[in-house]
This record gives sequence, C-alpha cells and structure tokens, in this order.
Amino acid sequence: MTAPGIEQTPTPGQTIGPFFGFALPYDGGGELVPPTRPDAIRFHGRVLDGAGVPVPDALVELRQTAPDGSVPRAAGSLQRDGYTFTGWGRAATDRTGHFQFSTLRPGGGSPFFALAVFARGLTDRLFTRAYLPGAAPAQWPSLEAAADDRGFVFDIRLQGEAETVFLSYR
Amino acid sequence: MTTPVPGPATDPDSAAASQAEISDEIASIAKEYVAAGVVEISPRHDYPPYRSSILRHPTKAPQQVDPEGIELWAPVFGQLDVDPLESDLTIQHRGEPVGERMIVTGRVTDGEGRPVRRQLVEIWQANAGGRYIHQRDQHPAALDPNFTGMGRCLTDDDGHYRFTTIKPGPYPWKNHHNAWRPAHIHFSLFGTEFTQRLITQMYFPGDPLFALDPIYQSIVDQDARDRLVATYDHDVTTHEWSTGYRWDIVLTGSHRTVFEEDEQ
Repeated sequence: MTAPGIEQTPTPGQTIGPFFGFALPYDGGGELVPPTRPDAIRFHGRVLDGAGVPVPDALVELRQTAPDGSVPRAAGSLQRDGYTFTGWGRAATDRTGHFQFSTLRPGGGSPFFALAVFARGLTDRLFTRAYLPGAAPAQWPSLEAAADDRGFVFDIRLQGEAETVFLSYR
Repeated sequence: MTTPVPGPATDPDSAAASQAEISDEIASIAKEYVAAGVVEISPRHDYPPYRSSILRHPTKAPQQVDPEGIELWAPVFGQLDVDPLESDLTIQHRGEPVGERMIVTGRVTDGEGRPVRRQLVEIWQANAGGRYIHQRDQHPAALDPNFTGMGRCLTDDDGHYRFTTIKPGPYPWKNHHNAWRPAHIHFSLFGTEFTQRLITQMYFPGDPLFALDPIYQSIVDQDARDRLVATYDHDVTTHEWSTGYRWDIVLTGSHRTVFEEDEQ
C-alpha cells in the first residue's frame, strides 16, 4: 500500500487487441444525444493506417464540453436516458474504418473534442484534439475538424505524411 | 526513422516469421535498450516484432501539452451505469463455466497514490480453453456456453475493484508461426481526468510465454513489464471456492488539485 503524495510509476498500457468488440462497445455508446434531436450534430471520421488503409478494429472515445462551455459531470454514459448530456462517448470503427458520434456542438473558448484512440496493433492509447473550424492553435492547423452538412468530420491518421498530431499531457 | 513498406510482413495474418526470428528481434531491441541506459516506462509504439504495429504507430513524437478544461475531467459513471452483478463473470449464464474460478482484486490509484474512487473498471478475456467469444476468434478451442468473458465494476471509496472470473487460457495468434499469447485479462480504466485513460493487460506470475510474446515485450523495461503481472494472494483465495490474485494499478499523475476535487 502506498501513501498519498509519493509519486508512483504508472502501470504501462498494452494494446486493446483484436477482441474488444464483444466487451467495450455498447448500444448508444456513440450517441451522446439522440440523432433525431434538432440540435444534434454528427462528429465522424475514419481511422487510417500508414498505407492509408482503413482500420476496422479501432476504438475512439470522445470527451467534450456542453454547448455553453461547461464540463458535463453527470453519470449515465453506459445507460443513456436520452436527455442527460454526459459529454463522453465511445464508438468502434466499422468495416470501412469509420466511426461516428451523435452529439452537441462543444462550447467554450477554443472548443475541441478530446479524443482517445485505441486499435489492434497500437501498443498504447493515443490522445488528440479535434478543434472546431477556426479554433485550433496556429501551430496545429491539422487538428481542425472540417464542417460538413450535419456536423464535423475528422480523420485520424496513425502514420504517414499526413499523420495526425498526437498529444502527450505534461 | 524508416518508412515501412507494406507487404506480407505487415499482414497480421501472414504468420511468416518463425518464433526464433521474432525472439532474435526481441533480443536485439532489448540489448539496445539496456545499452542506451534510459528508462522507458511505457510500451514502444514502434515495435516491429509485433507485426500489426508496423503500419499503426505514429512516427512523430507526441506534442507536449498542458491539459485544458474538459481534459481535466474524466467521464462520471454511477450506480445506474453498472449493475453490481456485472463484476461476477461466472454467473452470467445458467451454469457454471469450465475452468479455475478465481478472484482478481486490487486498487486503482493516481500517480500521487490517491485512490480513484467510484470509477469504472472494465475487463474482457478468453475462456479457460483460450477462446474468445468474439466472432473473429477462430481458434478451434471450445466455446463455453456458460462464459462470455466480459465484466464491469465501479471502484469503492478506497479505489478497490474486485472481479470473480475464470482463469483464462493462453491462445495462439497469427503474428508469426506458432505464436502464443501468455494468459491475460484486458483491463480498461479511467481516472479522475481524461488524461489518465488506460487500457492494458494483466498477466499471471511465471508465465513461460513472457519471453516469446512481442506484445508483452513491447514494454522494453523489465521493471515496467513486471507491473503488469498479478500476485497470487492466499488471503484473497477462499476456502473450497476460488483462488485469488491481487493486482494494483497506478494511473498517471492528476493535474487538478485536491481542493478542486473537494468542490464537487
């Protein structure tokens, strides 16, 4: 047992592997709000490998502010009631490497979707941010999602020339 | 860093290399690591002996940032989210699953040793014969109609989690010829902040497959690898019922102060 205040070395991560599909994804995981809600937007994209091939066995988790910029701290992400905005969701990629969330537009100063990415072949999770158009800091123009007809699109490229900028928290 | 060329070597199902070739690659990376003398506590994203990592690892170093706003807050899970019965993987069907019944318990703390309270822990695993219920798993070992292999719980007020399950078996995979994974349980963890998200695997002490497994060895530091190995604990073992293992998990440090947390 360790005393509080003494710095501990973190437990290392490991790949999510190929078989998480029966365990982690759940009904409504990607629907932070029902897609039929008038102010619902879609946040979606593809996960691609270094050859540009879609990754069909990735998992994307999203954390975001509410439209008013507040941090949602309500429980209920695993058993959604259709009304409570928890600001967190989970979506596996499909056969074409595509993931999608039905959510609300994040608010606040420089609004972004915080993302955690897992995949078979990826030894440890990756973090990134998808900023709303115009909100990304100057040094990371590629971290901007693009607007489309129902929301925003953001591809995650694990490797290659257009490799996504991944983040490490200080 | 060289750009890998897509080809048979990167096909995760090609099973082209022998165990001896994979073991040689593991040994040469280990030798370079020891010679460099710089401690690494996380797995390497770029670890070619794990073939499916070749096209799936970033080649650029991550950008260092201070977490902002939303990243300082993990999602919240409550009693509505998780049924207490979900922590027992042996009661999800009509009969008893086949295999060695065991309890896995431990404590989740942050980098400062503070307990992670009332937070979600998810596990998934193969059955006693080394078979996952997942459709993609075509290993011809028996499926167990009484075992799914997925569980959830919330940590208690002191950060403890506890699962009742069956000891998973080792299983073959297609990284290379005659590749076998050491027995393991996948763990998914949240801290108090989004930044602390962790997915990892728990192993069992003394597994003969450790040295041969490129996923376990993708953590090049022995002390760091050891942090993924549970301890047999006879005080967790119960009379005429189940064996017991203990495994504590440390997440990365948190950025919020205790004061902010108390304001909830």
